[in-house]
Amino acid sequence: MIDLELTVNGELARVRVEPGARLLDVLRGPLGLPGTKEGCGNGECGACTVLVAGRPVCACLTPAAEVEGLEVLTVEGLVGPGGDLSAVQRAFVEGGGVQCGFCTPGMVMSVHALLERNPDPTPEDVREALTGNLCRCTGYAQIVESALLAARKRREAREGGDRA
Amino acid sequence: MAARDQHGTNPPWGDTFRVIGRPGRKVDGLAKATGAALYTDDLQLPGMLHARTLRSTVPHARIVRVDTSRARALPGVHAVLTGADLPERYGVIPWTQDETALAVDKVRFIGDEVAAVAAVDEDTALQALDLIEVEYEPLHAFLDPEEARTRAEPRIHEDKRDNVSKHVRLEFGPVDAELAGAELIVEGDYSFQSTTHAAIEPHCAVAAHDPSGTLTLWSSTQITHYVHRTVARVLGLPESRVRVIQPCLGGAFGGKSDPFSLELCVAKLAMMTGRPVKMLWTREEVFYAHRGRHAMQMHYRTGATKDGRIRAVDAKLLIDGGAYSSFGLVTTYYAGQLLTGPYAFPSYRFDSTRVFTNKPPCGPKRGHGSVQPRFAFETQLDEVAHALGLDPIEVRRRNFQGAFVETVNGQRVTSSGFLQCLEAVERASGWAERHGKLPRGRGLGVAGSMYISGTNYPVYPNELPQAGIQLKVDRSGLVLAFTGSNDIGQGSSTLVRNIVAEELGMDPADVRVVAADTDLCPVDLGAYSSRVTFMVGNATIDACRKLRRQLVEAVAAKWEVDAARVALGAGHAHDAEDPSRSLTTREVFQLAEARFETLGATGSYDTPELGGKYRGGTIGASPAYSFTAHVAEVEVDEETGRVTCTQLWVAHDCGRALNPTLVAGQIEGSAYMGAAEATLEHHQIDGRGLHTGPSLLDYPIPTSLDVPELHAIVVESLDPEGPYGAKEAGEGPLHPAIPAIGNAIFDAVGVRLRDLPFTPARVLAALRAQAAGGRG
Repeated sequence: MIDLELTVNGELARVRVEPGARLLDVLRGPLGLPGTKEGCGNGECGACTVLVAGRPVCACLTPAAEVEGLEVLTVEGLVGPGGDLSAVQRAFVEGGGVQCGFCTPGMVMSVHALLERNPDPTPEDVREALTGNLCRCTGYAQIVESALLAARKRREAREGGDRA
Repeated sequence: MAARDQHGTNPPWGDTFRVIGRPGRKVDGLAKATGAALYTDDLQLPGMLHARTLRSTVPHARIVRVDTSRARALPGVHAVLTGADLPERYGVIPWTQDETALAVDKVRFIGDEVAAVAAVDEDTALQALDLIEVEYEPLHAFLDPEEARTRAEPRIHEDKRDNVSKHVRLEFGPVDAELAGAELIVEGDYSFQSTTHAAIEPHCAVAAHDPSGTLTLWSSTQITHYVHRTVARVLGLPESRVRVIQPCLGGAFGGKSDPFSLELCVAKLAMMTGRPVKMLWTREEVFYAHRGRHAMQMHYRTGATKDGRIRAVDAKLLIDGGAYSSFGLVTTYYAGQLLTGPYAFPSYRFDSTRVFTNKPPCGPKRGHGSVQPRFAFETQLDEVAHALGLDPIEVRRRNFQGAFVETVNGQRVTSSGFLQCLEAVERASGWAERHGKLPRGRGLGVAGSMYISGTNYPVYPNELPQAGIQLKVDRSGLVLAFTGSNDIGQGSSTLVRNIVAEELGMDPADVRVVAADTDLCPVDLGAYSSRVTFMVGNATIDACRKLRRQLVEAVAAKWEVDAARVALGAGHAHDAEDPSRSLTTREVFQLAEARFETLGATGSYDTPELGGKYRGGTIGASPAYSFTAHVAEVEVDEETGRVTCTQLWVAHDCGRALNPTLVAGQIEGSAYMGAAEATLEHHQIDGRGLHTGPSLLDYPIPTSLDVPELHAIVVESLDPEGPYGAKEAGEGPLHPAIPAIGNAIFDAVGVRLRDLPFTPARVLAALRAQAAGGRG
């Protein structure tokens, strides 16, 4: 067993795990964050996508030991104080991007990462950014719409903030 | 009850709605988007053990010996199960129960369940699996249905001669005479590969057995009720001692309809160990669980007049069932019964045979049993059009059966918006200007289809309601709706909430839905056969109407006015003649509770008597049918043989769209899944009986870059019996995608592909044959 200090959703956590423990299991187990889903365990479906230092990774392929000292962000971490949803989360709810919801946490994280680096993506940019996240319900149409809606809302919020 | 039976011929709703017909948040949207929604694998119970399954490594064999002693001795192992521990046979269809939770004497495919271990953690359980010794006596493995039928021995199931799982032959009208008199006959062989659901959530089950003797099972099932019945029977418990709960579910598409081995194993292991037990299947195991689309070899003869009117259809179907029956009895019927719309033809025969093979069992996948014949037949319609020099849309229009008709096989069709669907895709795709006129390599194709909105065949015969709902009214202004229906992502709980809010004039936020818990909820038959909107919707209206009468009466008494003056809407009761007077929902509930004592209501739905008067005539009989038309646009790369479907226009008649956002999502999701079956997906077993790639890389479900641009068009032919006129939207829109793409390939490059999937190799072979002067 090894001791790790992980920074997840802005909080420091100490865990004692097997040396090869997957980040996915540490999140879902000792850290009590089941929002990150396991759909394949092989890095194929992207349901376990989390952000490590701002970049989307599959938590099922990432050894927990490798993310020590790096910022890990999960779908739970996008929820603001008081339970406010992030713009991306809200857009998925409003835009029909959620059906069964199992791919949603991973999708939300990939869209969040995209919008952090490209606030004004084209539909093609969105599709390109989501190739690592499989959805079996929607045919991606309402997911892409949700992502574009999120981008618009974030821009509006920022412009509103600038004026203020 | 059907809406018609409940309310007479005049529908009980007007044309204006506050909640129905509007987009709106799903009940579980916020929880799913924040990660708060709990799926079965998210459940952690104190002291919980983890179980894994040992699977067969050979496709067909007798089990000579299973030695679990070393596994049992491994520290951390709490229990080991083999077939002898759960010998009771089961299967979702009562007449074809040929499964056991774990293999008893034989294994029938690579991946068949042989043993299960519960241990302190998954790693220990896996180590224990390695210590189980199984000695097999191999038997000849049948991997081809034709060989399984003709060679016949050894039988895969002892009681099934010639390895035939089910045979159905039905004939309606003078088929041979019509064919003899036909001015055109098109005839051909078509094949459809097996495909699988690939829901992103793998199957998972958790069981706990409490000291009072109640077994609770949480499972990722789409049919809680059948799991409930099966678990009780196989475990030897009264049904009243078993509680099945479906937590949030991560996609199903038919793949979570059967009772599965893991549900029975965790139940038994929990009872044996006294500890909660969880089993989560790996992605690889989900491919073995399968129950996906049946591969079919299909021979069709269609006779037509020279103006393109269909006179006879003669079909012969060989269905590869895999190792067990599953829903196969129904599949064998559906493969014939569901072809008799949206077109009229005066004679029809089908001869449908499902054969066992030593492969993962097939079952219901979105568009159960009817997607494959639809591919063959809609391709033939295109061949008819081509042979006669007619426009393919015009041929379909000419053969339209109409609304409120009886089909050749005795099914009652009510509302039909098929012509509007055809017109919508014709217009949206620019068909008139573009079909047959695009440069070589690009083309347009059309296809149509029909699908059931539930079936009056309840899997096990009974006189009980098919859908039930219970409303609990709280003094706080809250209504709790209890429904046995399974929300599998399609939004059934949202549907229930919205109907309650509409009927009782409530803010949807004041309605909460408790679903798919067999202890708490009245029985609903579950999320299959596209029955939920129609049946659960009607049951919900039924319950609400009863409650509404009490609410209105209480308010009318308080105001000393006629009940007709009391209107419920937007969280209030209003006096229609005195706008100054209103009460909140909370006040209304309290008035009614004071007047009538504790408030509540139940509602139910059962289909009217339907179906042809012959054996099997109720299979495929639905209270209403949905209709769909697609136009596909494709690009065919003649260098590589690669087919790309670039655009898909999908017009679907779902009756009234109760929630347009969810309906569009169902249309798009269906269409994308169909398009993927046309060009990409193949659930393939090789010559040794091995799955060729049980992973999401090797079984390539489309990414966001692999889908056509989807244009969903909603057509609303209000159905007289559907809730507010609604019909199904979740399965019908899949069907035409596949033949529309095939027909578009013909338009693009002039080759007719009759074997799925349309791989580059097949396209290139057809193009080479075309260049050599052969037929396409």
